[in-house]
Amino acid sequence: MEPVLKVTDLSKSFSRAGKNEFFAVDHVSFAVMPGEILGIVGESGSGKSTIAKLITRQIDATAGKIEIDGQDITWLNGRQMIPVYAKIQMVFQSPKGSFDPRRTLGDGICESLRNQGVPKAEREAMARSLLEQCGLPGDFLERYPHQVSGGQCQRAAIARALMCDPKILIFDEATSALDVTVQKQIMELLQMLQQKNHLSYLFICHNLALVQQFCDNVIVLYDGKIVEQGRPDEVILHPKSEYAKRLVEAVF
Amino acid sequence: MAVLLDYQHVEISFNGNAVVHDVTFQLHPGEILGLVGESGSGKSTLIRAAMGLLGSSGMVTRGDIWFEGKNLPDLSDREMRQICGEKIGMIFQDCGASLSPIRTIGEQIVESMAAHRETDVPAAKAAAMDLFDKLKFKDGERVWNSYPFELSGGMNQRAGIAIAMLMNPVILLADEPTSALDVAVQRQVVEEMLRVRDVFGTAMIIVTHDIGVVSVMADSILVLQNGNVMEYGAAKEVLENPRNDYTKKLLSAVPRLRKGRV
Repeated sequence: MEPVLKVTDLSKSFSRAGKNEFFAVDHVSFAVMPGEILGIVGESGSGKSTIAKLITRQIDATAGKIEIDGQDITWLNGRQMIPVYAKIQMVFQSPKGSFDPRRTLGDGICESLRNQGVPKAEREAMARSLLEQCGLPGDFLERYPHQVSGGQCQRAAIARALMCDPKILIFDEATSALDVTVQKQIMELLQMLQQKNHLSYLFICHNLALVQQFCDNVIVLYDGKIVEQGRPDEVILHPKSEYAKRLVEAVF
Repeated sequence: MAVLLDYQHVEISFNGNAVVHDVTFQLHPGEILGLVGESGSGKSTLIRAAMGLLGSSGMVTRGDIWFEGKNLPDLSDREMRQICGEKIGMIFQDCGASLSPIRTIGEQIVESMAAHRETDVPAAKAAAMDLFDKLKFKDGERVWNSYPFELSGGMNQRAGIAIAMLMNPVILLADEPTSALDVAVQRQVVEEMLRVRDVFGTAMIIVTHDIGVVSVMADSILVLQNGNVMEYGAAKEVLENPRNDYTKKLLSAVPRLRKGRV
């Protein structure tokens, strides 16, 4: 089976005047298979979000290779990336911050299909049905971000990510800003969608317990490097690296 | 046991709409009370009421908050100034942001001490260094000379706790003190707050949505939902045998880590 996402020796460095180069992501390699949920854990500054930004090409890599569905996308330009974004989508930490405050949720959700030239009636019908799958009434299309709660807004963001029928979704701390009860509902929704559509997830999260419950495999990141990877139970119950041990011990 | 802070049937309203309803609890010397609940449940509002920090649109509309024989909502600003900071200290979610970015920690310590008693720089510094030592800061001198942006988030938080403790208040109110921090740093801050209690016997109210933090710190727990008390009792009792349906739902939603012996 071919991986949906494959990252080889990916690095991102920043040069600083008078100092050595700083590696935010340091020769990271991993692959996500179809239907797999891969978790990335690590503390703030370990490079988790930078990896997500590199894969979605919000920033350019310094070195290495990113392949989606077998296609090398590391250096594609904006126009070439348009069809790629039909395969990979992202859900962000701050649900309200990821929608334009002056436009309705419906505008935001339909934008990807509008870019691909799908007629209005068709895309709206699809948005309505996706919202319903995500547990929101269809008329939420007319609402503005400030008119809905954080949890509802995150559901809308998930619907938005699903609009173009992607193969892989990246969640960058997608539940960290939510209350635990809402977090649980969202996780149940993600699980349901994953099974139904056979999606792959890259799940970036600092909550080890959530990763343990949810992910098939996990990567522990420290200072931009992978210090440990394996099945969550292996890594959490029998951590081998010093850092992973410390991380597990710190959890209450 | 003597009661330090006594909330009696407190109702708090913003612009005439009640958001906290009929909350009663007592804080005893040396006790750590955890206030838990979801966003918007009124946790922060409850402790802000004791400090008079409800802003111009909020007020305590019913009930009393008794402290040392005085009802806090009835006090004038002048009287409140003698209590806030000196007898009741408070720390916030992001201490770095509540410190001035253009002054060193040391300058701010001198300033906050001078607001309450006569002091000079050497005396304030001696008191601060003594406290930093007790709280096991590795390099107190560096913290004293640093601007907030030169310290990590966790170190800023610890410095904030130290500043709040300089006046040796009998009560420390903490509004989400660990929520902005990484787990490893979270643990340091939690340990520091427990050390404060051991050294000074300070009573604390910790507002948090993190059940993990509450389970290691709190002696008693009060669960709030939409401004109503759902459950109030000894921490162990509430966490292990929750009676209220909402508490059960809240606890079951917390992802728990299955840990091996490491």
